[in-house]
Amino acid sequence: MPIIHIPNLLRPYVAGQADVTVTGATVGAAMEDLVTRYPAFRPHLYKADGSLRPFVNLFLEGKNVRDLQGLATPLEETSVLTIVPSIAGG
Amino acid sequence: MLPELSHEEILRYSRHLLIPEVGLDGQRKLKASSVLIIGTGGLGSPVSLYLAAAGVGRIGLVDYDVVDASNLQRQIVHGTATLGRRKVESARQRLLDLNPLIQVDVFDEPFTSANALQIAESFDVIVDGSDNFPTRYLSNDLCVLTGKPLVYGAIFRFDGQASVFDARSGPCYRCLFPEPPPPDLVPSCADAGVLGVLPGTIGTIQATEAIKLLLGIGSSLAGRLLIYNALEMTFETVTLKKNPRCKICGSEPEITGLIDYFEFCGVPGIVHGPTDSEWDIAAPELAQRLQRGEPLFLLDVREPHELAISHIEGACNIPLGELPARLSELDSGREIVVFCKMGTRSQRALELLLSAGFRKVRHLRGGINAWAREVDPRLPIY
Repeated sequence: MPIIHIPNLLRPYVAGQADVTVTGATVGAAMEDLVTRYPAFRPHLYKADGSLRPFVNLFLEGKNVRDLQGLATPLEETSVLTIVPSIAGG
Repeated sequence: MLPELSHEEILRYSRHLLIPEVGLDGQRKLKASSVLIIGTGGLGSPVSLYLAAAGVGRIGLVDYDVVDASNLQRQIVHGTATLGRRKVESARQRLLDLNPLIQVDVFDEPFTSANALQIAESFDVIVDGSDNFPTRYLSNDLCVLTGKPLVYGAIFRFDGQASVFDARSGPCYRCLFPEPPPPDLVPSCADAGVLGVLPGTIGTIQATEAIKLLLGIGSSLAGRLLIYNALEMTFETVTLKKNPRCKICGSEPEITGLIDYFEFCGVPGIVHGPTDSEWDIAAPELAQRLQRGEPLFLLDVREPHELAISHIEGACNIPLGELPARLSELDSGREIVVFCKMGTRSQRALELLLSAGFRKVRHLRGGINAWAREVDPRLPIY
């Protein structure tokens, strides 16, 4: 099943896990599975209209899903999706 | 014409001269070049030290802060001897000690829309070592509008990112992050902490990229984002593409000049000194009211592990992140005083409580650190 890699910043929303195994044949379905299981995570990833927040980047095999087919990008059983948040510390 | 190297410089830079990719001509290029470093903190420290040591001819430093003891866990350009001094002066002294053959220009002021163009004008490369979103978007926009490369680095706890943004040939920071996150999602290092060596790793990568850009060698991080996880010791590189709809470097840009970045990022501007409002309370006043036996409910919104550092007797701990789900534990009829480490998280908790209908609520100005300073010196300041 696909895995979503969670950065340190966002792990409090998934009970501290680094990787969450999800179900879903597309990026959108996998993300929906993630936020259904962790509802407190949803407002941080999605806007009220259901679109992904602009500061949330999802990378699949090193490519931004925005440059692929967005949330409709197909996933394979072994896919690893990485969430890259914006951080500002210096 | 590139400047000649003196005998003194040839000896100092001999290990560079021995590398064919640098050599005498490369070192002369470095001598003729200039880099502006925004921020002399965690990232700015290694960046400035290595660029100075490498012989970058002119280094500009922008910062408006003073050296604090809590900086020295990671800001290695400063030292115990310069505590309390202006950061740019402290850094200049250290850089010129490391390499007196370079020039260090300092700008002891906040980097804002009003002065950024003028400050950056004469520099070849800009390095972003800032610690906040408004300055990051300002630095990006400035570089896009003036056609300068931006060497980006950012850190949080154990996570680091680095890239080179050069909108002339590739994506910019806004292509990756069109908008900043809301202020309550990403706490600052002062509130959330940061591994001291992390900016060393990311800042050193930034210094490497700046030197490569100045020399015109190798493959830069332009079009790639390096993601570093210190806890798992992994480096991952992902591909970045230019966003044709980018608001500043896209085909139809909406942003054609520098904007008000504090407003854009939804955060208050730079506040000088404490602010008074009907919603905050000073530590001595809180102490007096508690001494009079007033039935105040003290709500500590820090993380549980911070309680071991310092705590106020009788306070109830509900971390800020858990507060929305635990509002039912609070009695809206009783006056609540919220506090955290320095007043940032308690301000957010206050806003949350007000929006949930609580009216008898205030937050401790300056947090438990102010309490330690002004009321109970037995407590440490952190």
